[in-house]
Amino acid sequence: MPPQRKGAAARVSEDTEDLTRHPLQAILLADSFATKFRPITLERPKVLLPLVNVPMIDYTLAWLESAGVEEVFVFCCAHSKQVIEYLEKSEWFSQPNFSVVTIESHNSVSAGDALRLIYERNVINGDFVLISGDTVSNMSLTQVIQEHKERRKKDSNAVMTMVIKQSKPSPITHQSRLGTDELFLAIDPQTKQLLFYEEKTDSYRGIIPLDNALLGDNPSICLHNDKQDCYIDICSQEVLSLFTDNFDYQHLRRHFVKGLLVDDIMGYKIFTHEIHSSYAARIDNYRSYDTISKDIIQRWTYPFVPDVMFSGNSATHLEREGMYRASEIEQSRSAHIGPFTVIGKGTKIGNNSNISNSVIGKGCSIGSNVSITGSYIWDSVTIEDGCDIRHAIICDGVVIKSGAVLEPGVVLSFKVVIGQQCIVPSYSKVSLYQQPTVEDSDEELEYADNSSGTVDSSITCTVDTLNREMMSETPASQLGPGGVGHVWSICEGAHEEEWRHSVAPIPADKLAEVIQSLEDDLELLNLDGNAHSVSGELKSGRNGTDSEDDDVEDSRDDSIIYEKEVEATFLRAVNENIKVPDVILEMNSLRLSYNMTSADCAGAIFYAMMKQALEIPHATAGELRKSAASIIDAWNKLLKFYSKEIDDQIEVIMKFEEMCLESVKGVLTTFFPDFASFI
Amino acid sequence: MDFQVVVLAGGTSKNLLPLVSKEVPKALLPVANRPVLSYVLEQLELSNLKDLIVVVEGEDAAIHVGGWISNAYVDRLHVEVATVHEEVGTAGALRAIAHHLTANDILVVSGDLVFDVPPGALAAAHRKHNAVVTTMLCPAPISGPTESGSSGGKDKIKKPRRYNIIGLDPSKQFLLHIATGAEVEKDIRIQKSILRAVGQMEIRADLMDAHMYAFKRSVLQEVLDEKDEFQSLKDDVLPYLVRSQLKSEVLFNGVPQTEENGNEKVSSQNNQAVVSRIMANASTPSFHELSSGYNGSTHVRRIHKCCAYIASESRYCQRLNSIQAFSDINRDVIGDASHLSGYSFSAHNNIIHPSAQLGTRTTVGPHCMLWEGSQMGDKCSVKRSVIGRHCRIGSNVKVVNSVVMNHVTIGDGCSIHGSVICSNAQLQERAVLKDCQVGAGFVVTAGSEHKGESLARK
Repeated sequence: MPPQRKGAAARVSEDTEDLTRHPLQAILLADSFATKFRPITLERPKVLLPLVNVPMIDYTLAWLESAGVEEVFVFCCAHSKQVIEYLEKSEWFSQPNFSVVTIESHNSVSAGDALRLIYERNVINGDFVLISGDTVSNMSLTQVIQEHKERRKKDSNAVMTMVIKQSKPSPITHQSRLGTDELFLAIDPQTKQLLFYEEKTDSYRGIIPLDNALLGDNPSICLHNDKQDCYIDICSQEVLSLFTDNFDYQHLRRHFVKGLLVDDIMGYKIFTHEIHSSYAARIDNYRSYDTISKDIIQRWTYPFVPDVMFSGNSATHLEREGMYRASEIEQSRSAHIGPFTVIGKGTKIGNNSNISNSVIGKGCSIGSNVSITGSYIWDSVTIEDGCDIRHAIICDGVVIKSGAVLEPGVVLSFKVVIGQQCIVPSYSKVSLYQQPTVEDSDEELEYADNSSGTVDSSITCTVDTLNREMMSETPASQLGPGGVGHVWSICEGAHEEEWRHSVAPIPADKLAEVIQSLEDDLELLNLDGNAHSVSGELKSGRNGTDSEDDDVEDSRDDSIIYEKEVEATFLRAVNENIKVPDVILEMNSLRLSYNMTSADCAGAIFYAMMKQALEIPHATAGELRKSAASIIDAWNKLLKFYSKEIDDQIEVIMKFEEMCLESVKGVLTTFFPDFASFI
Repeated sequence: MDFQVVVLAGGTSKNLLPLVSKEVPKALLPVANRPVLSYVLEQLELSNLKDLIVVVEGEDAAIHVGGWISNAYVDRLHVEVATVHEEVGTAGALRAIAHHLTANDILVVSGDLVFDVPPGALAAAHRKHNAVVTTMLCPAPISGPTESGSSGGKDKIKKPRRYNIIGLDPSKQFLLHIATGAEVEKDIRIQKSILRAVGQMEIRADLMDAHMYAFKRSVLQEVLDEKDEFQSLKDDVLPYLVRSQLKSEVLFNGVPQTEENGNEKVSSQNNQAVVSRIMANASTPSFHELSSGYNGSTHVRRIHKCCAYIASESRYCQRLNSIQAFSDINRDVIGDASHLSGYSFSAHNNIIHPSAQLGTRTTVGPHCMLWEGSQMGDKCSVKRSVIGRHCRIGSNVKVVNSVVMNHVTIGDGCSIHGSVICSNAQLQERAVLKDCQVGAGFVVTAGSEHKGESLARK
């Protein structure tokens, strides 16, 4: 073998050695920096919420361990004490070949802050897996990491590989089954490079704008609406320093990914890796909580299922029809437990109770004649006789007194008490804590709106103080006799969205509503499309306007503004006695700047005149008529200037008609003869 | 096959001046000594599409085209020649001849197309999906010719010109987006509703609309009637149909769309899978039920299908719509795509008509064509060029990468590079032409030198 060949071979082996020397690291964000799980997350961090009776973080850690990750940095922020305490009690700190290190922060408000902090700690020394602590997956990381490393060798700008999965959003609600917004991706079919990423798509209604330059480099690109972002990223070290360099990056997707895609100076690239047979999903909202729970029960996430022991879940047996039962269950003979149900250890179920498609935690006591469907009941919950619970999430220690009814979509936070015979309306959220008042959280919520980065931690500091005062008062009239808790009011904008993210299935009337609006949308879109095509290139010549999609709307807006301007100008002319030629000059400049025809102008001026006439105090129709006539006489020249053509005059008459219609009173019609004579 | 073919033969295109004239309209420009229109007609004949309407712009042009067709195809094809006014656009031309159209489906072919893609395949694809429109897409020409050193030097360095931006579904059978004309250079604007319906769309910039379309007649006529501002099939009608495919406004002559769906189910198995997927995606049955149930009205969302037929890369497909294209196509037809010319080439890869006369030490290289009755003097050299009928060429003449039409006289010592010499032109002694076009009957004076000029009689 020639010497240089040997050298090359040696270098390669050194290379691989170099890569294997670093243990595979992962950053687990144990804080979602979002408020979707409020009010529950006021009291407990999201990662510790039980998902089919096991805290979410355990799914994530167990998967990381099985996927060969050796070192995990758990970044805790909101309720960091609770997370650390939990991890200390669990066995995660004592695993061989798997080290879990916690990083605590109290003032991070976003994923960006978290990564900047980790960068300062200087603990990451190679490629790492970036996930949040609410991810459930069973995918193998070997292939994607291999791909990532190979790409890195060829191109050091390939800093991130994003895991995606096939998932078609509903054609009606435009959200995935996980309740997340539909996602539009553009991917290079050859290299799998990500070229475009858009999840919030309100900005361009109906149209996806793609930069023309994208096609310059790639002969073909693939646009996807049928993929789901798994929020599992394989990152290179540079990602951390990028976050430090761009201190305004907060959100991983909205800022970081978009930032990289838009910025072509640095040329950093993001690639995608699609998984086909394995499972990966992130719990983003109540709906995904519901969906993923069902997936776990139906064993899509194997081996992370209730009857396989991983990290301290209790022994559970799988029975027929997807029913899991833990030990020490006291179940009445007449109780009926339906399919796809999980029942935790030490739970008691009374006579004639009916449970289906639900998860029930440890040590609950359920009375007789209770009906539970599609609900998630956590530990130590007491449900008295005759309750009806549909599609609800009920946290630890809740007491539901006899005869209460929970309508679909209800969330009861810790230790809430629902009084007898109380009917809790759909989508209610009940907590012992009061809803953070507007002044309190205004800033944060605003922040959450545009970057979804609100922390729960800042609330928690104040929570303890608030705690005492709030606990003392019991305003719970809404919750029936003996009820304890505050019903959170749903703010205006959120209500619309509530059904989208709730645990409850979307009601049929909502669907119908959405379909209706969808149809309208499509109609609108087509209308625009028509306008677009009618004009095509023809129109741009005729109107001088760019035939954009929102053209129609624009021009409508324009004409309204224009009318106002004309009116104001006219008013000024009347009040300040400006001469007619000057007014004409002014009107002309207005006309040109709004790109209106002289007919529009005549119409607007006439409108302004009539308005003026109406504003002059008048007692009878005759007076009004007189004043109108005098105004018209006074400004005759002005009006004439613009109504030379027949078209313009027609426009004036139309305007007149319009006014008659809207200002009613019929009085205006009285001076029709005058009007006719004028023309 | 119930297909009517409309060949849009154009008139005297401004792009092709000075090559075209009233006597030689675009359709009759010679490509390897045959009118370009003959290439289209031959392909149609091969696909057994024999019922044709040839639409010509302008009376004079129509007379010439009609005369030529009746001579050449008298008993082979059933051809009608229709005359329309100039500058009416492709859509206008179809509007003008609408009363001639009777078949269910119409195949519209541009008369300046030189291709070997079977039109029958396009027609079959159209029928298979019961589409409203099917368009043929061919790989966009990458760049100018690689070996023609003399013609259009700078253009080749530029990156390939973009012709269309085309969105296809994953099976590459349905056309979901098309950007034409000036839109191509703007940002790409994809309709979300269509993307939502298919889930995945491939956007390609390396395909070109080849100007061969199959239309459903009822739809075509309706669109032409209702949208009287539409001028071009390519820029107006096709994008309109593609854009509105999920919210169709065309009425199918009152035939409800659902019935059409029913028909599809009996189509071939393989096809059905695709169609049903598209149908399911585009407008889910439950979707219809839900919406109609809610409204109480029987409102069915109308959709129509726009299909694409992609010619394989090995096929030849070019439009003769510029002088550059004219030279390229001539060279290709006697060179790489010689099977199109229909002649058999000699062992030297060239064709010299038996009646042509060559002087001593005159060489005719490969990829050349020298047609009947032409005479060449001594020590001439011809490379990659076409020389027509009855040309008289003196001695010491060099012809490279050029097209010389019929009855051209070339004096001694001329040098012609990358140029087009039209019929009856005369080049006097020692004229040097590089990248020039010489119009019919023009006389180039002795010893003059021209570069990149267009020479024609005023």
